[in-house]
Amino acid sequence: MSKKLSQQIAFWIFRILGVFVVGILLWILGFIIYNGIGVISFEFIFDAPRDGMLKGGIFPAIVGTFCLIVGSMIVAFPLGVMSAIYTNEYVRDGKISKFIRMMTNNLGSIPSIIFGLFGMALFVNTMSWGDSILAGSFTLGLLALPLVIRTTEEALRTVPDSLRVGSYALGASKLQTIRYVTLPAAFPNIVTGLILSVGRVSGETAPILFTVAAYFLPKLPSSVFDQVMALPYHLYVISTSGTNLEAARPMAYGTALVLITLVLIINFSASLIRKHFSKKLGGH
Amino acid sequence: MRKLVEKIVEKILAISGAMTTIVIMLVVIFLFKEGFGLFNSPVIEKGYALCVNEVNPVEHIGSAAIKKIYNQHIENWSEIGGLNEKIIPFRYDDVFQHYKEEEFGENYEKLPEKLGEVIAGSPGILAFIPEEYLPKNVKGVKILDGNTINPNDFFLGVEWIPTSTPAPQFGVLPLILGTLWVSLVAILIATPLGMGVAIYLSELAQGKVRDILKPAIELLAGIPSVVYGFFGLVVLVPLVQKTFSLSVGETAFTGSVILAIMALPTIITVAEDAMRSTPRAMREASLALGATHWQTIYKVVIPYAASGISAAVVLGIGRAIGETMVALMVTGNAAIIPKTLFSPVRTIPATIAAELGEAPHGGVHYQALFVLGCVLFLITLVISITAELISKRQHNKGL
Repeated sequence: MSKKLSQQIAFWIFRILGVFVVGILLWILGFIIYNGIGVISFEFIFDAPRDGMLKGGIFPAIVGTFCLIVGSMIVAFPLGVMSAIYTNEYVRDGKISKFIRMMTNNLGSIPSIIFGLFGMALFVNTMSWGDSILAGSFTLGLLALPLVIRTTEEALRTVPDSLRVGSYALGASKLQTIRYVTLPAAFPNIVTGLILSVGRVSGETAPILFTVAAYFLPKLPSSVFDQVMALPYHLYVISTSGTNLEAARPMAYGTALVLITLVLIINFSASLIRKHFSKKLGGH
Repeated sequence: MRKLVEKIVEKILAISGAMTTIVIMLVVIFLFKEGFGLFNSPVIEKGYALCVNEVNPVEHIGSAAIKKIYNQHIENWSEIGGLNEKIIPFRYDDVFQHYKEEEFGENYEKLPEKLGEVIAGSPGILAFIPEEYLPKNVKGVKILDGNTINPNDFFLGVEWIPTSTPAPQFGVLPLILGTLWVSLVAILIATPLGMGVAIYLSELAQGKVRDILKPAIELLAGIPSVVYGFFGLVVLVPLVQKTFSLSVGETAFTGSVILAIMALPTIITVAEDAMRSTPRAMREASLALGATHWQTIYKVVIPYAASGISAAVVLGIGRAIGETMVALMVTGNAAIIPKTLFSPVRTIPATIAAELGEAPHGGVHYQALFVLGCVLFLITLVISITAELISKRQHNKGL
């Protein structure tokens, strides 16, 4: 076989694989959209489930997921951003920052179900918060923490040192430099990272199984110690348990579509922000 | 004043760094703390005790052995290190065959005494008795109260049946094998696919194609795992069942296929980065020697990126091993040692997710699930350290 021919064959295989991967994505998305679009209605979005979750809507689950997103970000944002500023601006190449970085890397590789175990042991049982928004938010917040730290660190690292040095040369202190130079320059990338971690948190199921998620709870939460329904858990429940799985399928397709749409909108807005600001910065 | 503010802010930031570290340590400590009690827990069901005859030298009977004794698969004490004596498995209600109802007294206050008589009179007996009726201080009766779950029962046990009586079975082997089995097959499917796409992206794709492929891969990574599980459940499970004419479609293979799709973005991104880092000079040298583009790819780019590619594969395995929802929804959840690709299996994360809700807080089952969590944690830790070491090699090359 000639060199040219084998190259042709190899390259065609790679092209087909590329198409194949896009095909898988389109298949999954197309399947969920095709089956779910008919279910979406005003009632489906804004009503509570009824009749053994075969009828009605998923409003409590949407509200629950929203609560968990807000709660987990309150936990993860300040802590994550502040430790990233510390490791990147104060002790950049020191032993401490290496140690913290190693720990966060390891935290990032821990499977999500372990966070569920931990959250149950610490927040639900030891702190006796019970199954609650509080326990779920802390669990999900910890899960998001490594992602927040990593993206914030990367954002800070893209700020060229010349900016910092210039600021010092003008007589600014370290804190002033961070406040008026480094953070504003890194801001779009930090926000992008934060939005991405929101995307991650909103789709997680395993960590909320034992910390917050309710099987069926049409009432909306009134305090942080209430249980809530959540979109991913709701999808799991109506697609695997129940007396009439086939009859629950339309609800499951609808829930999957809402969940995917939510996650995709979040991820998409993250990349829009990144694009918008990188153009702006590039224009200077 | 300004100096002071600077100092305070620095301290606050340092504290948040420290808190992050503490939180991470807490995760590990709690995992081990909650599971630690398992190996001090009795082998048999809570609220019960095992008794034998005084002459019996056996002090410890593993959970698997107890199950076999009560199922009559082990029939002689000599098989588990005792005398050559036939084992007589005995549950406390068997005592009613030996005595008349009225002999136990009005409120069954003589039940322990009678149980003691039965045990003392039978050298081969193994009695399973509720703690409240335990014949304490009765001559001829030995209570096996030091009979705790030992690590061999756990790590080498081949059965996971937490509800089995008299002794729940916490053999973790089928779960570990199930997890590895599903993940390795997933990686075998995902690696060639992911490599192909990575090569395409880094070497062949033009701007426009890249602009479609890259976001598509990011989207694939962004889809929540429960949606993958749902998709697997309604599309792949029936498909696998029909294609291979199986009785159920929930098999290890079904799980592997979905996990492979989920591992693809990780593999593609990391491998592509590694290939892109090949110095231009090396490629050009190869081309200048008359090699074709393809020859350059597989003789120069791939060997150069080898450690980055291996790191990609290892990370992909890590992703697959820890995945909970997909394993829970499509692998069939049968805790048996998998023999073929098309048998149902149960993975460690799926077991935790399925059973933690039913396990009473602080009980043996609860502790066993936390030890499972520790096992899973250690497996993923080894994997992430391996990946880090490998990719460090790649970075050193870049210098």
